[in-house]
Order: sequence, then C-alpha cells, then structure tokens
Amino acid sequence: MVDASVKKKRVLSRPVWIMLSSLVLMIAVFLVSMDIGYIKLTPGEVFRTLIGEGTGKQNLILFDFRLPRIVVSVLVGAGLAVSGTILQGLSQNSLADPGILGINAGAGLMVAIYIAFFSAEGGSSLFALPFMAFIGSGAAALAVYLLSYKKNEGLAPSRMLLVGVAVSAVISAAMIVLTLRLDPESYQFVASWLAGSIWASNWSFVVALLPWIIVLLPYSFLRAHVLDILNLGRPTATSLGVHVEKEQLFLLAAAVGLAGSCVAVSGGISFVGLIGPHLAKRLVGAEHRALLPVSAFLGALLLLIADTIGRAVLQPSEIPTGIVVAMIGAPYFLYLLAKTSSR
Amino acid sequence: MNHHRCCGGRQLRHSMGRSQQPHGEVHVKSRPLAAVAVIIGGLAVLAVGLALSISVGAADIHLSTVWQALFHFQSSQNAQRVVVDIRLPRALGAAIVGASLAVAGAIMQGISRNPLADSGLLGLNAGAAVALAFCFAFFPKIPFIELIFFCFAGSGLSALLVFGFGSMAKGGLTPLKLTLAGAAVSALLTALSEGIALYFHLSQDLAFWMLGGVAGTNWTQLKVLFPFACAGILVALFLSKSISVLSLGESVAKGLGQRTLLVKIISLIAVLVLAGSSVSVVGSVVFIGLIIPHVARFLVGASYSWIIPCSAVLGSILLVYADTAARLVNPPYETPVGALIALIGAPFFLYLARGKKVGL
Repeated sequence: MVDASVKKKRVLSRPVWIMLSSLVLMIAVFLVSMDIGYIKLTPGEVFRTLIGEGTGKQNLILFDFRLPRIVVSVLVGAGLAVSGTILQGLSQNSLADPGILGINAGAGLMVAIYIAFFSAEGGSSLFALPFMAFIGSGAAALAVYLLSYKKNEGLAPSRMLLVGVAVSAVISAAMIVLTLRLDPESYQFVASWLAGSIWASNWSFVVALLPWIIVLLPYSFLRAHVLDILNLGRPTATSLGVHVEKEQLFLLAAAVGLAGSCVAVSGGISFVGLIGPHLAKRLVGAEHRALLPVSAFLGALLLLIADTIGRAVLQPSEIPTGIVVAMIGAPYFLYLLAKTSSR
Repeated sequence: MNHHRCCGGRQLRHSMGRSQQPHGEVHVKSRPLAAVAVIIGGLAVLAVGLALSISVGAADIHLSTVWQALFHFQSSQNAQRVVVDIRLPRALGAAIVGASLAVAGAIMQGISRNPLADSGLLGLNAGAAVALAFCFAFFPKIPFIELIFFCFAGSGLSALLVFGFGSMAKGGLTPLKLTLAGAAVSALLTALSEGIALYFHLSQDLAFWMLGGVAGTNWTQLKVLFPFACAGILVALFLSKSISVLSLGESVAKGLGQRTLLVKIISLIAVLVLAGSSVSVVGSVVFIGLIIPHVARFLVGASYSWIIPCSAVLGSILLVYADTAARLVNPPYETPVGALIALIGAPFFLYLARGKKVGL
C-alpha cells in the first residue's frame, strides 16, 4: 500500500513533468522537421528567420509552408486526443474514440460524395472539402445522439456506443458502394484522405481550427471533475448534485466539436483519439484533471512526430499521417500495455 | 495452489451439472424453448434461402432444374452446370461463412465481456489484409490457393500478436488488455496494409477483394473452409457452458473453479479457426459477428449454450439472404454483400440497442 500523501504528491507533479517534457520534445521535433524535407533549414536559420532576419525564401518556407502545417498537426493531435478522452470517460468503454460516434464515417462519406460529383482538382475544393467533412461529421454525431437518447432514461453510454457502431456501419456501407464506382484516381484520393493526411495546411485552416480548440480545450479541462463524478455512476453523480443529462450533452458536444473540426482538416486520423488517452492513462492514471491535459500534449506530440516522419521517409511523396500515427503509436502502446500491470 | 485448482475443477463440473436445475449456482437467464424454436425454424428458413439463392440470379433457374442438377446431374446441360459449379458452392459458402463469423463473434463477446467485440478484435481482418497487400505488391502472379494460405497465415500471425501482447504483463490476459491489444495490433496492421496499398497503387484492388464477399466461391475453397468451420463450431458448442460462466466475469468464473486462461485460449483458437478461414476465403464480411450474437441473445437469453447454436443458424440465414439480395439489387452488378448487411442489419441493431437493455 502506498502512503496516501505520497500518492497525492505524485498526481500533482508527474503530469506537469510529462507535459513539460512533451513540450521540449515538440520543439525538438519541430527543429528536426525543419532540417529535413525538400528544402532544409538548419536550427540556426530557423531561429534567425523567427526573429525576423531570414531571407525572403526562408520566410516563405517557414511561415507559409512548414509552420501552418506544424501548427495544424499540433492542434489536431491535441483536439482528437482530448475528444477521445472525453468519449472514453463518458462511455466508460476503452475502445471508444471519435470514430465511434460516426464522426470519421460521416466526414468520409461527405468527402466521397464531393469527389464523386465534383473532383479533387481546382481551388474551390481546398475549402469545400473540409467544410463538407465538418457537416458530415456533425450530422453523423447528431444522428447518433438522437437515436440513442430515450426520454425517460436519458443517454446510456452503452447504448450510445452500440448506436454509434450501427450508424457508422451504415455510413461506411454507403461510402463503400459509392467509392467502388469511382475511377482509380479519385479512389486513391479518397483512400488517402480516409487514411488521414494533413494536406490542408495554410494559415486559413489554422484560423478556422483555432477557435474550436481555444474554446473547447479549456472548457473540457474545467469540466474534468465532472467526468470523474460521472464515472461513479448515474445515481451517485445525481446525489452529488451533478445534472447528469446536461453535463453529458455538453461534454459530448465538446467532444464532437473538437473531433469534427479536427477531422475536417486532417482526414480520418482517429487513432490519435483512441491511443492518446490510453497513453496518458498509463502514464498518469485515470483522474481526468491530469488525464485531459496530458493526453492533449501527448496527442499533439504524436501527431507532430508522425507528420514529420510521413513527410521525410518517402520523399518527395508523402505517407498519410494517419498511417504513420498507427505505425509508431501502436507499438509504443503495446509496449506500455505489456509493461504496466493491470489495475 | 494446484490442489486448489484440482478441487475447483471438480466443483466446476458439479456446479455445471446443477446449473440446469432451477436453483443452480450459476444463474443465467435463458429461454430453451425459444432457442429450440429459433434453431428449428431457422433451419427451415435457411433451407428456403439456399433454394432461393441457387435459383435466383442473372439467369433464373427453375427449382426442378436445381433438383435434377443435384440428383441427376448431366454435365451437358448448361443450367445444371451453373447450379453445380457456381450457384451451389456460393450458397453453401455463404451459409458456412455466416455461421462461422456469427459464432466467432459470440465467443468474442462472451470472453471479452464487451458488447462491441467481434472477431475483428483479434486483428484477423487486418492480418489477412496485410498478407493480401503484401502478396499483391510483391508476388502479383501467386496462385489463388496459396493466396488463401497467406491470408490465413496473416490472420494467425495477428491473432498471435494480440494474444502475446495481451498476456505478456503480470496481470495476465484480462478482457480489457485483450481488447486494447487487439485494437492496437489491428490499427498497426491496417496502417501497414494501407501504406503498402497506397504506395503500390493497389487500394481499389484490395478493397474489391476484401469486399468481394462469397461471389467467387468454388468447391476448392469450400473444401478448405468446411472442415475448419465444423471443427470451430463444434469446439464452440463444447465450450459454450464455460463461456457462459466466463461471461459472468473473471472472478465469478474463477470462484466457480474455472480454469479461465485455458478456456480463453481454446476459445480464441476457435475464433481464429472460424473467422480466419472465413476471412481468407471471402474477404471481410464485418458486422455479422457483431450483430448476430446480440440478436441471438435478445431471442434466447444470456446462456451461451443457446446463443452459440442460434448464432450459427441466424448467421447463415443472414449471409445467404443478403448474398441473394446483393445479386438482385442492381443487376447485373453485384452490391458488396458486407455493405448490404450493414444496411439491413443496422436498423435492426438500432432497434435492439434502443430496446430494454443491452447487456451481456
């Protein structure tokens, strides 16, 4: 038995330590990421460019190409990981991720429809695609919510998961029927979109994504204690004065808003949402006050690393980020799983 | 410890014998009458479905011709050859695969105690897809039967990985660990096959194969499939009581003296045999393994002694009818049967999920 006070102290210090080291790692990855790629910038050049003494070309590369993409990666990673943490907490199912609410499937279907009727070429699709994807994910999540809500019983987590699986399956089925008729080139585009790639990376996407993250991340951090209370079960939560229905709805809406906006710019990188929370849980335990921010940092770090690797390995072509995330995230996760003893 | 286990074994047999009596120690709600009705009625519906599946299609074949083809076969008649060479193996293949996947799903839900579990959790589909992508990319001219073998090897490998990682740690193979390891290994292998497919521009070929369904089933494949399916289902039936006990929870099962690890290992091997052979022969037909056990549980209660046989019958029915429908929806094209099953199955699944209580 560990002494209670010692345990308390660890809960406070360990998360902070992990977040700081993730931040340092992120900066390191950022510098490495600048130093590899089609055009390289050494850390010194990056620093000079950042303080405003770079050449025109260096400015262009750093501020117009690399930086927006890096910022998008970080925001998407954090958003998806927090969304996954909320969903796993709400549903009390370790397999829940944003995909379980049909968010990826909905976004994917809308993208496939768009590609089937218009084409991926042309300037308009740069903004139309994320917009369509966002609408698709929102609609799917709304459908899941409405179908799993019952008047007398509210929103039972297990029911929500099952409904989510069913809705995703229907949407995916529709998408499969649609995509098999596409010509190979369009199919390739849809496939790589679904696999997840941060291709839409310029400052306007950062601007579009940032409000969601800025509002919803702190909101979910503030509601962390509610997630812990909800985990005690409905009767206990009610007797502790928590308005279960309302909190569930708000937290769910936050998770959907985060995941929907992230998926819209990144494609189907749902694995971050599954694995981010688990990594965090293995590192800092199940208390949401520490879990939510730590998983945000880990998700951001994971996606940044994955994006860098995906860009660097097969130059000049790229591996979709979602694939790299799974390839590096899954082995690490398996390692943690095997190393830590079950609670 | 050993002594304790040994006594436990005797206790288990004892308690199982009693669980059939009204006041048994293991109290699992079940409806045997409903189950028998489901099995007998289901077999009748299945027979009709098989007949329909054989006679309906691009060329409609009269049932009397089917009869003749089966019992007075003359290779000179085209209609009879269609029946014997194409329609019959396809219909039987659908029945076998449907039963296998449904039983595999039931086992997975029982031992993992997760209503979202199915054979996909062992990474079988992902493993087969990796093997397939690998073969397509590096040995494009490989003979068909070897391709099947590679797919099965891929499924086996992924199951081994899941099982290995799930049981590596001190805590042993808990359902949670199995589920998590399965999800992680699946994600890893899926990423690998997606990567290979995107790099070699094989995505659509791969999708066609994985979604192919039972369309091209021939006698050679059936010969591979049939013994695996029979063995798997028999093992599942044999284990069904232990799975019922295990589905009450690890500690309950241990308390009743069950050797839970042994039951889990044999169950997982059965799942591998059932789902692995299905996936390698017909590609991934998801959702049957997820939905059918829920339907069976809804109809016959929570005892796996009844859920497993009912799942087998219901799974056959679903796949045979869905495959027939897939041919009719948009002739002469075939709709991917997996997509069709999702479209038919999901509303029903929604109805169940919204019903009284979806437990295990």
